[in-house]
Amino acid sequence: MNSKYIKQIFFILAMFVLLLFVAFLALSIGEINFTLTELITIFKNKSGIEYTIINNIRLPRIILGIAVGGALSLSGVILQGVYRNPLVEPYTLGISGGASLGVAVTIIFNLNLIIGVYMLPLSGFIGAVITTFLVYILAVRKNYYNINKMLLIGVMISFMSSSAMMFLMSTTTTENLNSIVFWIMGSLDEPNTVLVKAVFYISLAGLGISYLLANPLNALRLGESKAKHLGVNTTFTIRSLFILASVLTGISVSVAGVIGFVGLIIPHLLRLIIGSDNRILLIASFLGGSIFILISDIIARTIIAPNELPIGVITGMIGGLVFIIVMSRSKMKV
Amino acid sequence: MMKRKNFLKIENLKSGYSNNIVIRDLSFGVTKGSFTGIIGPNGSGKTTLFKSITGELSLIDGDIFLNDDCISNMLTRQKAQKIAIVTQNTDAVDIPVEDYVLMGRYPYRKKLQLFETKEDFKIAHRFMKLTGVLKFKDKLMNELSGGEQQLVAIAKALTQEPALLLLDEPTSHLDISHQMQILNLIQKFNEEFDLTVLMIIHDLNLAAEFCDYLIMMDDGNIFSEGSPEEVLTYTNIEEVYKAVVITQENRITKKPSILLVSNKTLNQIK
Repeated sequence: MNSKYIKQIFFILAMFVLLLFVAFLALSIGEINFTLTELITIFKNKSGIEYTIINNIRLPRIILGIAVGGALSLSGVILQGVYRNPLVEPYTLGISGGASLGVAVTIIFNLNLIIGVYMLPLSGFIGAVITTFLVYILAVRKNYYNINKMLLIGVMISFMSSSAMMFLMSTTTTENLNSIVFWIMGSLDEPNTVLVKAVFYISLAGLGISYLLANPLNALRLGESKAKHLGVNTTFTIRSLFILASVLTGISVSVAGVIGFVGLIIPHLLRLIIGSDNRILLIASFLGGSIFILISDIIARTIIAPNELPIGVITGMIGGLVFIIVMSRSKMKV
Repeated sequence: MMKRKNFLKIENLKSGYSNNIVIRDLSFGVTKGSFTGIIGPNGSGKTTLFKSITGELSLIDGDIFLNDDCISNMLTRQKAQKIAIVTQNTDAVDIPVEDYVLMGRYPYRKKLQLFETKEDFKIAHRFMKLTGVLKFKDKLMNELSGGEQQLVAIAKALTQEPALLLLDEPTSHLDISHQMQILNLIQKFNEEFDLTVLMIIHDLNLAAEFCDYLIMMDDGNIFSEGSPEEVLTYTNIEEVYKAVVITQENRITKKPSILLVSNKTLNQIK
């Protein structure tokens, strides 16, 4: 293997170690702080209030953070690659708008009484699927040869679902309004471990699948027609990646709400550091997104303890700030 | 040895867009190892022809054969192993030069193969050396000048190890030193590797100088074809381009050279 790949693989390993370290921090920091040795004894004994806190509250949160951060960031890097547009992020195509609309409808019409805890994530996912389907039918299938048209249709559908949601919010009770706003702001607090595990495995599977398309995605960096000249089946590649990114975003949004900025800035930051080769960038973005979400979540739940800030506040603040600093210092060309 | 005629054969080609059929019935052959130039005014169907060959436009009627294999039956990957194309610009991107050239090995990649083989690197480095861009190996494409980018694009096309190289106005916005550098290089590859070259070019003087065969297109048809001396007559040029020119012989190369006459001067003479 060429030496430049070895260097990049070391970078990935370093990110992985960093993720483990941040995950350990997230386990130990909270209302009660634990040291490493304390954590080890707690896991050995498997009993007591400490074990309940660690195993039932903090650990699922960390797993969900890794999954959602990874999925959103991976989705972002894929969509930026497909559209060759640095401003595209997982929510550009209306997936978040659709999911929010689904959740708003459920809350307002009290549909969550029907099947209990699964109803909100389910309705979010249904909303995401419907918008994705609409974008796909209107843009991908008919105009796959015009990728900007596809992007614009996605943006329009996003606007339309936002407007529909504003309409619903303006006509409903304050109580419902609060639940909707709370959901939109996003949170890693998900008591249902089945959902947490599902998101985790789906996002890992998404990472695996993205690697089957890493080389065609690399060729797409040259533009659609040049990729075609190299023998890439661009139509198939773009469609598959579009669906993959939609699924990744859809499952994240439906379980954790709309956590912004991860899918936009993490791919950019990593592209600045390691370049635009998707064979490295895909996994690096996944790990980077996970790390970023975990750090943001630690801050969100400790900075005004015992209260908790919405994680989106932290991702937006830190993310935006770091991004502006890095971009103004580097020679990045957008 | 007789060179193989009709290495690339266009047969009764009809092609274009749903609301605009550009080429109605076009047939010609390209000899193996030739350096053939396609000239003609804007809108005469040159780029449509290229898009038909690369498969970007599906043919409405007719056939295109490469070495007797029908192009529309080839898989895109197979086609990319035989035909490479260099276009006007490279869409300067933030890709290191080496990676850009290595993309030329994409058509040879096996399923599930994530990284390039040693052989891929060897081939890419060889053509980077021949085009003189190996020294930019780790630079990003968008850090290079237009001429350098075009050299990299040629290295990438050659890394595909094609039998047919298509060039779509490869020098259209370069200064004369880069124009000459690139065309000299292509001429060298054409002769040394017996690479068949088909080039769209607007500059008639360059076409005369470098191509051994010219196809002059007008309104989707061939207006004239043959050696540069046969095609680049002032009557042909005036009729196709609707412009007043003077042709004379380049004293050194004995090729036709075309001089333009402005309307103002023309009126003064009259």
